[in-house]
Amino acid sequence: MYKMSGVVRFFRRNAVGYLFLTPWFLGFFILTVYPMAYSLWLGFTNYDFTQPDSTQWIGIGNYMKMFGPLFGLSSFTTSIGEAMRADPYYMKSLSVTFTYVFVSVPLKLIFALAVAMLMNQKLKGVPFYRAVYYIPTLLGGSVAIAVLWRKLFEKSGLVNSLLEAVGFSDLPGWITNPRYALWTLVLLTVWQFGSSMIIFLAGLKQIPQDYYEAASVDGAGKGRQFFTITIPLLSPVILFTLVLQIITTFQAFTQAYIIGGGSGGVLNSTLFYTLHLYIQGWTYYEMGYASAMAWVLLVIIGVFTALVFRTSDLWVSYGTGE
Amino acid sequence: MGLVNKMITKTTVRHSLTHLFIIALGLLMVYPVLWMIISSFKPNNMIFSDPGLMPKALTIDNYITGWKGYAGVSFGRFFVNSLLMCAAAVIGNLIACAMAAYAFGRLKFDGRNFWFAVMMVTLMLPGHVTIVPRYILFNVFGWVGSYLPIIVPKFLATDAFFVFLLVQFIRSLPKELDEAAIIDGCSEVGVFFRIIVPLAVPALVTVALFTFLWTWDDFFNHLLYLTNPKIFSVSRALRTFVGDSGAVSNWGGALAMSTLSLVPPFILFFSLQKYFVQGIATTGIKG
Repeated sequence: MYKMSGVVRFFRRNAVGYLFLTPWFLGFFILTVYPMAYSLWLGFTNYDFTQPDSTQWIGIGNYMKMFGPLFGLSSFTTSIGEAMRADPYYMKSLSVTFTYVFVSVPLKLIFALAVAMLMNQKLKGVPFYRAVYYIPTLLGGSVAIAVLWRKLFEKSGLVNSLLEAVGFSDLPGWITNPRYALWTLVLLTVWQFGSSMIIFLAGLKQIPQDYYEAASVDGAGKGRQFFTITIPLLSPVILFTLVLQIITTFQAFTQAYIIGGGSGGVLNSTLFYTLHLYIQGWTYYEMGYASAMAWVLLVIIGVFTALVFRTSDLWVSYGTGE
Repeated sequence: MGLVNKMITKTTVRHSLTHLFIIALGLLMVYPVLWMIISSFKPNNMIFSDPGLMPKALTIDNYITGWKGYAGVSFGRFFVNSLLMCAAAVIGNLIACAMAAYAFGRLKFDGRNFWFAVMMVTLMLPGHVTIVPRYILFNVFGWVGSYLPIIVPKFLATDAFFVFLLVQFIRSLPKELDEAAIIDGCSEVGVFFRIIVPLAVPALVTVALFTFLWTWDDFFNHLLYLTNPKIFSVSRALRTFVGDSGAVSNWGGALAMSTLSLVPPFILFFSLQKYFVQGIATTGIKG
């Protein structure tokens, strides 16, 4: 009897909570935990979507395929005795993605902060301006804007017509020239600084105006105020935005896919990590390899997120600004 | 008096300059979009040669040729497909995320803090790590080539972002309201429907907006799962204008349909701007 009532009490206490969490639990276990475990296993196999029955455990074969070229390996023998060729484009996709992330994220945040500070004044019409500046972010992730971007940066596109109008000549096709293609994508990303700007603007509004007045009475100039008041007080918001931007930018896909016409562009100059993963998984159906790539991406993002958090002790202040 | 006047003039001048600068930079920001809208009304052969915003000739031919669509399916169909898919995604996210958020934000049960921490970890998880097994799973279910792989996950609260957003909002609501309702004989389920949901409407609008927008704009999932032109979404269909080599045969049509595809996000944004700003500022929604 006693035991029964314990069980009953347990159910009473927890039933409603778990009832409301049921959809989330189903999603979590079926669509997150199980796929993660499964893809971890797939990463050690030669799973081919077109012939799943011949799947074999190949140990770290997929990982050697990725990183082999680093050690000068162009081919090797897997644990099942099969010859496997190293992936000649993996390192390229990695370097393209790193360049893309580490150039566009800081630039985006700098622009966002600069514009947010510009708008954090007692000006009429700020809500309207804020909306206008958010338009690129609102629309920028779409296929439509990627199509437009192709058109803008073509050899005979709008950008070149404008440049020619002011006297430049012999202009390249920005998208088709491997030296510049990635930079058009960086520009496209930086252009969408709208949501970071809104977050910064909300953060700036939290900083009491008295601090600036006191600092200016003490003789601190604008630059000094920026580094001793604005940056420290905004630093938790900057940290948060930085982490989010790193995570999302590493996973960028649509723009590179559309602008490269489904491939990595000329000489794979815009072969983003996720694009390469997609090509391996869904063009060649090498889903074991694609899964291994996905896990490496997870580790890369995890490492950089952890690094940012680690260094945050040095530059993020949670104090009251005293 | 003279000094005050001088200061006022100085501030006015500085403000006017700031306005001017913000407007100029803003114009530069939206110039590509404006150019696209205007170019979509130019004759096909003039799109290339004319960088200006004032068109020399106007035509709606691009809309007529673009509307014809792809593989015998018109863009009207693609729009209906996208709208229905987004509506289903919105409903799914509203129900599932609100339920999860109520549990995390208000209910007391064993292991709540643990599961909340787990949910926060999934927030940071890159989606690509689950994409291959999900594809294999949905293929086993026979769902590839349908909307189910895109819609069903929404009914299972897989968008942790929105759960988090709603938890934050629900926690900010005064607790006395639910306590009073419980004393008056309302059940915990009743509190959800009668108190939490009505009070959380602003946050729910934000969730609905962003769900719509992200589902509308999403391309990766549409590329994977919408394999048949009859069920193409707008963004999947736009991709067909840009072929595998990246060459576009009908630029006018591509720009016209691209412009049309931006109309729903645009209308939503300007009619519900307040909710956008709230949503972004409180949770730092990506974008």
